[in-house]
Amino acid sequence: MKLEIIQPFINAADAVLGHNLHCSTRVDQLSMDTHAYRKHGIAATVTLYGDVEGRIVLDLDPETARKMALSVSSDNVDAMVNEVVCELANQVIGNAVTVLNDSGYRFRVQPPQITSTEQVPMCTTDVEALVMKFETSSGPVFMNIALRGRKEFAAD
Amino acid sequence: MENFSALLRSNDMQPLRFLVVDDSVFARKNLARMVQSFGGRIAGEAGDGSTAITEYGRTRPDIVLMDIIMPCMEGIEAAERIVRHDPDARIVMVSSVGYQENIVAALQKGAKHFVQKPVKPELLYDVIKYVMGSDAVSATPAGAVS
Repeated sequence: MKLEIIQPFINAADAVLGHNLHCSTRVDQLSMDTHAYRKHGIAATVTLYGDVEGRIVLDLDPETARKMALSVSSDNVDAMVNEVVCELANQVIGNAVTVLNDSGYRFRVQPPQITSTEQVPMCTTDVEALVMKFETSSGPVFMNIALRGRKEFAAD
Repeated sequence: MENFSALLRSNDMQPLRFLVVDDSVFARKNLARMVQSFGGRIAGEAGDGSTAITEYGRTRPDIVLMDIIMPCMEGIEAAERIVRHDPDARIVMVSSVGYQENIVAALQKGAKHFVQKPVKPELLYDVIKYVMGSDAVSATPAGAVS
């Protein structure tokens, strides 16, 4: 994975989580993985097609999502926790896509989908995923990025 | 949340009325909470562009806060259709996707402004004041308005 493709997602996650959780964030763990992603809490997956292809998983502690839902409404909080995770994923991916698009990358993004299974498979077998854990005062947030540029496909 | 001076319609000194359009309930509630901190009232909500057009006709809000990527009909198309029927409609696009082509397309179709998510309340407040122009005035802090 090229850093120029990955970095906007890391920057966006840092900014979006800091804004929405009203706290500072720091990357606590960083590793590469070739296996399916095993979720920790409520996970939303976003798939990208085009000059950049693959998928990104944003995974939030249920209690953190619940606190965020409660911050905007006390009605139907349990029903809204999934929406919280999807909206955070939407903001992270949207902000990163903005940077990549203005850098000349063109692609389509599918709306975030809540992952109902315990594991999220890799989109292809030959991409390593970047696994990140953000530590925040509201709890840990995990992000799993498995992407590559189309030019990397062509070079294979 | 920060206290803002309430924004009132200058013609009748009533609170501004907002139509909030976003397919995410959480995003709608979050925007509604901000708008209420500006002294505004929620005239209606919609989860897609098609419903937004219907709700606009029904509620005639002072301002529409419109997401871009939504099911059924996207926000830019909905904005275009609303402005076609009401050229005075004040629509502010609110989206996490803020690349130049999107912003230009929205403004060309009649949107008055663009705010990128995550939304900073103070920025949205300034944008609303700018878009309302002389049709809105600042009053006492929002919490003091009945």
